[in-house]
Amino acid sequence: MSGNPKTLFEKVWESHLVAEPANEPALLYIDLHLVHEVTSPQAFEGLRLAGRKLRRPDRTMATIDHNVPTTIEGRLKIEDMIAARQIDTLRKNCADFGVTLYDVESSEQGIVHVIGPELGLTKPGMTIVCGDSHTSTHGAFGALAFGIGTSEVEHVMATQCLPQSKPKTFRISVEGELPDSVTAKDVALGIIGRIGTDGATGCVIEYAGSAIRSLSMEGRMTVCNMSIEAGARAGMIAPDETTFAYLKCREFSPKGPDWDKAVGEWKKLASDEGAKYDRELVIPAIELAPYVTWGTSPGMVIPVTEAVPDPAIAKSDADRRGFERALEYMGLKAGTPIEEVAIDRVFIGSCTNSRIEDLRAAAKVVAGHHVHAHVRAMVVPGSQKVKAQAEKEGLDHVFRAAGFEWREPGCSMCLGMNPDILQPGERCASTSNRNFEGRQGRGGRTHLVSPMMAAAAAITGHFTDVRTWEFKKEEVLA
Amino acid sequence: MKSFRKLTSKAMPLDRPNVDTDQIIPKQFLKRIERTGYGEFLFYDWRQDKDFELNRPQHRGAEILIAAKNFGCGSSREHAAWALSDHGFRCVISPSFADIFHSNAGKNGILLVTLPEEQVQTLLDRAAKHEDHQITVSLEDKTVIDNHGFSATFTIDPFRRYCLLEGLDDIGLSLRHESALDKFEQKHDAEFWVAPKPRETAKGSAHA
Repeated sequence: MSGNPKTLFEKVWESHLVAEPANEPALLYIDLHLVHEVTSPQAFEGLRLAGRKLRRPDRTMATIDHNVPTTIEGRLKIEDMIAARQIDTLRKNCADFGVTLYDVESSEQGIVHVIGPELGLTKPGMTIVCGDSHTSTHGAFGALAFGIGTSEVEHVMATQCLPQSKPKTFRISVEGELPDSVTAKDVALGIIGRIGTDGATGCVIEYAGSAIRSLSMEGRMTVCNMSIEAGARAGMIAPDETTFAYLKCREFSPKGPDWDKAVGEWKKLASDEGAKYDRELVIPAIELAPYVTWGTSPGMVIPVTEAVPDPAIAKSDADRRGFERALEYMGLKAGTPIEEVAIDRVFIGSCTNSRIEDLRAAAKVVAGHHVHAHVRAMVVPGSQKVKAQAEKEGLDHVFRAAGFEWREPGCSMCLGMNPDILQPGERCASTSNRNFEGRQGRGGRTHLVSPMMAAAAAITGHFTDVRTWEFKKEEVLA
Repeated sequence: MKSFRKLTSKAMPLDRPNVDTDQIIPKQFLKRIERTGYGEFLFYDWRQDKDFELNRPQHRGAEILIAAKNFGCGSSREHAAWALSDHGFRCVISPSFADIFHSNAGKNGILLVTLPEEQVQTLLDRAAKHEDHQITVSLEDKTVIDNHGFSATFTIDPFRRYCLLEGLDDIGLSLRHESALDKFEQKHDAEFWVAPKPRETAKGSAHA
């Protein structure tokens, strides 16, 4: 490689520049456009009104995930007429514009950020967009992937590119070995707790360091997924052997000699030695713990062994008022150890934590135990493929035997656009990504945790340090 | 797109940090397939409280919203910008905005003005305190003044400013580069051995 050392981000950015008009944002080519029912109808309508075509149907893929019910009966006849109309609208739009749709009954349907990688559509070095902020997930493969609004969805449909101002780069290195039962979710929450929900605004984060390298692709996706919760435009991880092993033989992965050629190219994507970042942060892995959010923003997070903080520690008056408001909404008192907080519901799912590895980790905690009498718990696999794999491994039996509901794939209670919602005042241990007020249902109280922590809370009825867990029946999952 | 040049209006203070797009427009209103009609659902959950700023008579008709830091974080839903615009807000003043919301607002002719935290706090306090409070935002001059002696200048990306001043449609702007795009795409498709080639229809082969 000649010239200046470059970051992973810069390499992907530069190889997708269509035009760099003076005093304007650059025009960036988009390799893959993922579409779902909620943020696309107005974009398709915009194309129709302007008499424009969808430029590259072959670079566009759609699925139905956000508002679809997760019970078999619920899917056969969707009772929410407005949701049903939105789904039908996507079907019609995909048919009219020639877009591949992984429909509800497809054996490949699932959360858009789960199925893209699963199908091998997501690949290193690509630019990927979707009208969904968690598009950052795909950065786990060394792609530049980011969420966009509906006007931008229409823009990509019409032009296959987007005007973009060049973001800043921010390398976050997590170094060392992750302590036992400290998972990718805890890495993400630990980072957000340190830098805040606007800590990476305007930046693309590159995650690096030995702890990140040691993560599986599922774990890397969890970390990149939560980038947006730190305000980042995107999160990226350089592709390596773990990435290639995951992608090999996927449906849309290159095959034969093309595979070797592709891997050769992908290996060049890693940041060059000496590449400069606008910002850097190093976190020793040993400092991380299983986390629980206590408030209404993902940055309001503490290790499971700590107590709900006092608003007095807030850095500014505005933050203090935010703290107080969050405590009131969450029905919590400063100083209460978080392990003493009892829960009503458990949700294991979402584009953050619904992949096979997440379900395996949760099942391992659950095996041989039973869900607490006061808790209603559900598992919503991220895709039909994840569900099928879990059933092949008998994980569904483990969950069901313990009293969990075993559902059909979709976004479900992460955002409660379908019938899966919290009732006012209900408290939920959730593996999703946002604990905003009302996110899982008006008045609902969300605590973000890892799948293992959610599983442990389901059993004991309150937040529990999974590092002290008594695992049973491990042979079930051998 | 509506152009934005200069606006004088009452302002609604929203002194809460990290106002996320779930609060601006809750999920139950995202199932509609239209681009309009979201104004009545703006801040739906918070609005159930009679004392919420949006319900106070003194802020009725405000076209400027003043908010604490990191406004518009979270979900990418453009419905948040549509709801603000449909309700009549044309400008938001805050110490900082989340990236995707920033982009969505621009596409809907909403001017986002970034001012230092202390200045925003002054405006928040005045808008809450003085019934006659009015703010004038000039994009032409890049200034914010009020009728109680406040005066500040702001910076804005020159291209974003130009598009807002002219009310320019983005797709049209990108299509000025169509020949460069055609050329790039040809080369990129040929080089790009990993271009996705999804099947014609997923439905037919789904159960294969």
